[in-house]
Parts: sequence; C-alpha cells; structure tokens
Amino acid sequence: MRFTTGPKRAADRRLPIYGAAESTQKQQPKGGGGDAADAKSGEGGKKMAKKGEELKEEMDELLDEIDNVLEENAEEFVKNYVQRGGQ
Amino acid sequence: MAIPKVMGTEIEYGIIVKNDPDFDPISSCVLLVNAYREDPAGKILWDYDQENPLADARGFQVDGEKYTPNQQENIARNKTLINGARYYVDHAHPEYSCPEVTNARDLVVHEKAGERVVEISRREASSLLPAGAQMLLHKNNSDRKGNSYGSHENYLMDRRASFKQIVENLMPFFATRQVYTGAGKVGSENRGYPCDYQLSQRADFFETEVALDTMVKRPIINTRDEPHADREKYRRLHVIVGDSNMSEYTIYLRNGVTSLILSMIEDGAITKNLVLRDPVRAIKDVSHDPTCRREVTLEGGKKLTGVQIQAEYLEMALAYAASHDIDEVTADVLERWQYVIDALARDPMELSREIDWVIKKELIESYMDGKGLSGDWENPRVRMLDLQYHDTRPDKGLYSMLERQGRVDRIVTDEEIQHAIHTPPEDTRAYFRGECLRRYPGEVFGVNWDSISFGVGDEPIKRVMMAEPLKGTRRLVEELLDGSADAGELVKNLRA
Repeated sequence: MRFTTGPKRAADRRLPIYGAAESTQKQQPKGGGGDAADAKSGEGGKKMAKKGEELKEEMDELLDEIDNVLEENAEEFVKNYVQRGGQ
Repeated sequence: MAIPKVMGTEIEYGIIVKNDPDFDPISSCVLLVNAYREDPAGKILWDYDQENPLADARGFQVDGEKYTPNQQENIARNKTLINGARYYVDHAHPEYSCPEVTNARDLVVHEKAGERVVEISRREASSLLPAGAQMLLHKNNSDRKGNSYGSHENYLMDRRASFKQIVENLMPFFATRQVYTGAGKVGSENRGYPCDYQLSQRADFFETEVALDTMVKRPIINTRDEPHADREKYRRLHVIVGDSNMSEYTIYLRNGVTSLILSMIEDGAITKNLVLRDPVRAIKDVSHDPTCRREVTLEGGKKLTGVQIQAEYLEMALAYAASHDIDEVTADVLERWQYVIDALARDPMELSREIDWVIKKELIESYMDGKGLSGDWENPRVRMLDLQYHDTRPDKGLYSMLERQGRVDRIVTDEEIQHAIHTPPEDTRAYFRGECLRRYPGEVFGVNWDSISFGVGDEPIKRVMMAEPLKGTRRLVEELLDGSADAGELVKNLRA
C-alpha cells in the first residue's frame, strides 16, 4: 500500500539529532515497521480488513487533498512552462 | 588529515508569471529579488573584483569575457543578506547561495531558509503585478523542454589533494549517487532515450566527463578553480551534477555523504578501483532505471548496479569511520546512508518518506491508481504533479503538502529554519559578513565571499579580506564587533 501516516513509522523514533541534547539515546534508522509486525501477529483477518479500510480512507484523503491544490488547467500550464537555460 | 568540509549550495529557481502575456524572466527576477526587504537594509555592491570563474583546476586560464555589471545594475541584481547568504539574479533565474556552513545538518537548515526567503519575496513581488498576474517559483532543474538550470554544491578542499586524484575517485560516485540524491522526473529530454520516469532531473544534461562549462556541454566534474579563499591552501570543489532537492533527508544525505567522500579522498581512503568505462552513459543509464537493477560497466569489464557502486563507497566509508575521528553529524549521516543503501538494494519504494525521487514517484503513482490513469505518464495532470512537487508555495507545493501531513521524514525543525532566515551560522566567516551587514548597514560598501569593504565618511573604501572560511566566527569576532560602535571603529580595531 502507498503512503502511510498513522503512527509515523520513523519520525516517532527519530529525534532531531541536536534537538534533545540531553538524550544520549541513539536514534535507530527504521527497520521493519510496526505494520508488518501487526500483520503477522495472528490477530486474523478482522484486523487486516480494518487496516485496509484505514489505508483506503487515507488514500482517498490524499487524492482529495491533491485535487484541492493541483493547478486547474494542467495542460495549459505544463505547455506554457518554459524556462531559459541556466547553469 | 582531511580539512573541515566547509560547504554551501547555490540554487537557481524556475520562474514564471501566470496570466502575463509580456512575461520577461530577467525583469521578473529583478522584481523578485528587490521585493525582499530586510531590516536593516543597505545598498550593497557585489564585489566582482574578487571573482575569477575562468580559472581551470587543471592549471590554465580560459579566455572569455568576465561579467562585471555597472554599479546601478549591480545593486539591482545582488542582495547580500544578514544571514550571510547571497540572493541574486543569475542570467534568467533567481539564485540563492546559502552562507558557508560546516556540516550537512546546518546545510539543510540554510538551504530550507533559502526556500522561505524566495517564497517571501515571491509573495511581495506578486502583489506588485497587475491584477490577475501571479509569479510562481519552482525549486527544480528543468522545464521538461530541454532547458536546464542548476543546483550547485560547494565544498572546501585541501589544495594538496591533486585534481587528477579527485576526478578519478569521484567520477563513479557522482555518476551513481543519484540513486539517493535524485529529485525525480517524468520522462526524458535533451535527446535522452524515452522513459516513463527517471531518478534525476539533471542526468539528461550531462554530456562530458570533465570541463569548465556549466551552461553548455555540461560536465560531470566541473573544473572551476575559484576557491573564494586562500588559493595556496584551498580549492573549492564546485559540484554541478546534483538536483534541487525538496526532501530534508535527501539534502542531508547529498551533502553529508559527498563531504565524507571528499574527506576520504584527502586522506587517501578511496582504495577500490571503481573507474567506469563510460561515466556519461552510466549517469543516464542509472537515472533511467527506477528499479535500480540496471548494471553499468567498469573499466575492467566488471558490471555493477548504481546501488552496488554506492555500496562499495559505503564499505570504504565504514572502514574510514572506524579508524578516523568523525564528527557527530557525519556519524549520523553514515548510519542513514547505510540504511538507505540497504533499502535500495531490497526495494527502492521502501524509501517513500526519505528520498525525493521515490517520494515523488509514490505520489504520482498513488494519484494515477486512484484516478484511473495508471501508466499514463504523458497525461498533463501527471506532468503537473511532477512540476508542482517543486512549487515554493506552502499551500500549493505538493512536497509541502506531504510534509504538512507528516508523510515525509524531516531532519530539522521549522523553528531552526525560521531562525536561519535572519541569522548567520556562527562557526564560519558568514557570521562576520552577516553581523557586519546587521550592525553597520549604511557603511558596508561591497561584499564577496572572501571580502567585505566599508565606506566610512570621506575616506577611501577599506576592504577587509576573509581568506579563511573558518575564521570570522562568533567565537573569534563577537567581542571585536561588540567593541566597535560603527564600521570606522571596526576598521580601526582590526588594525590595532
């Protein structure tokens, strides 16, 4: 499945490296996410289905958000987007 | 022993004015740059006397006209900011050169502060346009019609490192680092062979291995030898083979890994022979393959993927880190680089929170799937997504949208970025530059990276040279500045 938000996979675990200077905890680059662990935990199909619904909702939200901001006249816009060469 | 890697970036932005049939890029750039008002503001010249962009690192001087504008044009096109940055008009693009910093984390802060400076002035400039017209800026590198503009990185290097050695050790690295530094692009251009999506905005535009040019026949390694510092001791590696990145994580890796590799070159720690048979072809082959599985050929005939070549550099870097003192930021960069290389080897799409080209690809494919456009890479809306990813407007830019929604990983905080708009780094000469502009705005006459000159009363202009990028720091000069009520006193105190 595409983009996931929810419990942010890595952001939760990854502190800004100077942000918490007193913290000596070394941030871990993310390994397997919690998602995979849940799927394998044997809670069964219900949980998976719920997860699927959540993801679909999230995806719909993303598409709506894109539609809200995407330039309306895309064809015209990309056609007229001409730059001079630079460095 | 490698010298500290003072670094910075120069980013050219794409510029257009919507609903203006008379749109002219150069006058729009002048309007934009002058719409940025700082307090205190001075009319300050950029000091072109100190520039020599035609010196070649291979040891010769190229013939050509050096650009020197008249005074009025100079002031209209150049702004030096109190954070130590230069914000100016370069040909037909606005450009933001961030102040010198000492590590990749500060680089992220200051490059991102540059995006905000550009956006602040875009809003101001737009308000001055006729009703209906709107200025838009994109932090990208191509218009998808064969016109490209740059995103350059600069790194301070030890003059004793031979340029030939630098070229040999860097070429395979530069041809392949796009697997984690690419900003992503739909399609190809500049006679590149067709593809749906590629890793890099810029790869299609590199036509030769080593040269002085930056605008035509672009080289993978640029030979400009203009250190903006003591040229007996230093060289400045002027890197033109990068993309304009939106992702903080990607910017962090781009500058962090590259600076580490340069330190390793200075210390003779690039021990593997990874010389490519045809780097110009390799950079395109690697870019055009989002699966990251395509192999390129080494000089001896061995074949490796771009990720495998990067993994070879990573292995050397881990050995280097084990036997050398590396700073905290570099240690963190190394850890993340390792994570990214491992993920790229498994499945690049795992990096949809970290790496620009993957984030963008995921965004576009999500949209295509949801809208029944799967596989339709030529669709104008798909092209629009590609472009709008780089839009500087926080409410319209698609990267900004993902960031706001927490869908991408960050390295720094909004507070740090906001602070850097008005504050120079404390640990380079940018501190002295920025503080002089803030404290003595009416008395600064001209600025360049390695000098600042003052016009005090009727006296001749006094130029102060700053040949050492790691001097002029807060630790070294704050007391001096505090004890100088005006620039006249500062000059006197400097002589004392």
